[in-house]
Amino acid sequence: MNKKRFPVRLNIRNNVIDMTHGSGGRAMAQLIEELFVKHLDNDLLRQANDQAAFNVPGGRMVMSTDGHVISPLFFPGGDIGSLSVHGTINDVAMSGARPLYLSAGFILEEGFPLSELEKIVASMAEASATAGVPVVTGDTKVVEKGKGDGIFITTTGVGMVPEGVQISGDRALPGDAILISGTIGDHGVAIMSSRENLEFETSIQSDSAALHTLVADMVTAVPDIHCLRDPTRGGLATTLNELAQQSSVGMILDENRIPVNPSVTAACELLGLDPLYVANEGKLVCICAREYSQSLLSIMQAHPLGHNAAVIGEVTDDPNGFVQMQTRFGGSRIVDWLSGEQLPRIC
Amino acid sequence: MKYIDEFRRRDLARQLSSAIKKTVDPEKHYNLMEFCGGHTHAIFRYGVQKLMPDNVSYIHGPGCPVCVLPVGRIDNALQLVNEHDVTLCTYGDLMRVPASGLNSLLRAKARGADIRMVYSAMDALNIARENPEKEVVFFAIGFETTTPPTALIIKQAQAEQIKNFTVFCNHVLTPPAMRSILGEPENSGQDRIVIDGFLGPSHVSTIIGSRPYEVFAEQFYKPIVIAGFEPLDVMQASLMLIRQINEGRHDVENEYTRAVSRNGNRKAQALVAEVLELRPEFEWRGLGMVPKSALKIRSEYAEFDAEKHFNMPPVHSSDVKGCECPQILRGVKKPTDCQLFGTICTPENPMGACMVSSEGACAAYWTYGRLS
Repeated sequence: MNKKRFPVRLNIRNNVIDMTHGSGGRAMAQLIEELFVKHLDNDLLRQANDQAAFNVPGGRMVMSTDGHVISPLFFPGGDIGSLSVHGTINDVAMSGARPLYLSAGFILEEGFPLSELEKIVASMAEASATAGVPVVTGDTKVVEKGKGDGIFITTTGVGMVPEGVQISGDRALPGDAILISGTIGDHGVAIMSSRENLEFETSIQSDSAALHTLVADMVTAVPDIHCLRDPTRGGLATTLNELAQQSSVGMILDENRIPVNPSVTAACELLGLDPLYVANEGKLVCICAREYSQSLLSIMQAHPLGHNAAVIGEVTDDPNGFVQMQTRFGGSRIVDWLSGEQLPRIC
Repeated sequence: MKYIDEFRRRDLARQLSSAIKKTVDPEKHYNLMEFCGGHTHAIFRYGVQKLMPDNVSYIHGPGCPVCVLPVGRIDNALQLVNEHDVTLCTYGDLMRVPASGLNSLLRAKARGADIRMVYSAMDALNIARENPEKEVVFFAIGFETTTPPTALIIKQAQAEQIKNFTVFCNHVLTPPAMRSILGEPENSGQDRIVIDGFLGPSHVSTIIGSRPYEVFAEQFYKPIVIAGFEPLDVMQASLMLIRQINEGRHDVENEYTRAVSRNGNRKAQALVAEVLELRPEFEWRGLGMVPKSALKIRSEYAEFDAEKHFNMPPVHSSDVKGCECPQILRGVKKPTDCQLFGTICTPENPMGACMVSSEGACAAYWTYGRLS
């Protein structure tokens, strides 16, 4: 592209998004070139087509899409940019696939500072480079002030499933082991700690991370993993209920074995929330035949994103799909779906 | 967590469980009403019922402030946002409480009403300070625990001469509710479910002390044990109640000594008395009109009283047809006795208020109790 088309460079420090940035004209071209391509640069993106064309090996391909509308945009341990990369890589990886490429659609609100946009795009670029999964095509739209919330990002990812891997939420069998890759609730608490009306001091960082290398190690060691899922919104409890329902099985958990960061426990205590229902962005739940559980656990614990991994329960024969838990206290209870939003209790 | 983990110890739970099993009379059935939602929550979340002998049952009481707020008061609040365009601030779990016509604060918010969830009364006052052009109303609810902060912000608002702030006061009192339950014919007639004793309020008692319950123990011959909200508190207090029942005693005992004294928090009591006064009567969801059971803002602070400022009419709306909340709150019926339970009334679509709060009897039953 000829840089002389834009004799005056985009003033990222002081300017904001206006309607011309979404009009398809020169201002949009300049935004794409001087902000998006500058950071996300790669061969496919630089071709500046409306699509990216690439060769794929034969086999099963997966595709997944995820919209990101998080508030606040920046939070301890990440931001909407890195999250939009990690989230979709994880959705692709939960099929056991190796993620190959991403696309990104931006909906920007008129008045959004370019400096913040650049921070977000730079963070996406870093997350994508670290993961080795490039953003190869994208789209930008601008909505009038008041019709958006600063920035929304939708990312889509494609990936290839290794031969012999057949992971699906309906494959859990009675007797299978249930594993989690690490502590639960970190992301949700980090987000809450930085919300406008609820600032409290905590050292908790979001666990936002791309899990595909962990998944690759796991499927290499045990190709016959039955289910993988990342417990995002609704937390571990909701994800396990989804899997139990899809597979028409029950589950029994041991609360003692579920890893929770002490600061997360404390924050949840304070806010009247249950960590089982708090969101994660860098954790996965794995269900596999019991005989593979220990070898899989060692593989997970050897990976930096799985060193707190644990076997937390087992799949039972229960057509009702109840998820039950032996409580740390010594009793037992049902762990149900999250209803509505988790609202803090009054007393 | 220090001061919390100690009250959730598994080994102590096991010891208490066997002590209770040894203490109960196998010929007897013990019906214990845990007064507060916090107790109900602890019982289900930690699986306390599983540790109790089969002949000890918990009856979930009316101590969930969200559950007992009548439909009419939420209709009143909705009227405020719809007709006066106010910014309404309230505590989180009130958002989903059903109003008339399948409405709720959450649904009104979705249609554009300015309704904010706050974590403390002070947050509401801050919103008023920061938005002087907006009329801000704090929808105050709760038992004696949440009342002192409301009194405090009213005083603060007066001291700062804040002109765009009022409080819609719905604070209710625990002892009149207890009296209302004990005085019901269902509890003395032939088909009664006998409440043999009460696990008394935890946080509420830190404010009012244990003394106000003494009259009930004397007049109604029911033992009361003030109990904390941790699972070991609930178990220890249950053991104390069972001992009293076995011995035919009906005293007020205090298990929650680490926080509750006989006289309570005098400073908080004085503050509340300075700003708020008794209403002649107040409507409770589930209990109907209960005399002297709620507080209103004193005339000295009338300028901060939303009811006066907006000339709010008393609205009486009946609860959803077929809803057994009234009987469930009194302990006369179980959630599963209600036709609506689990059919059209679920946590996703609550009809009665007992399904709304996670500590409401029906929601807790739905979430944790369906197997037992």
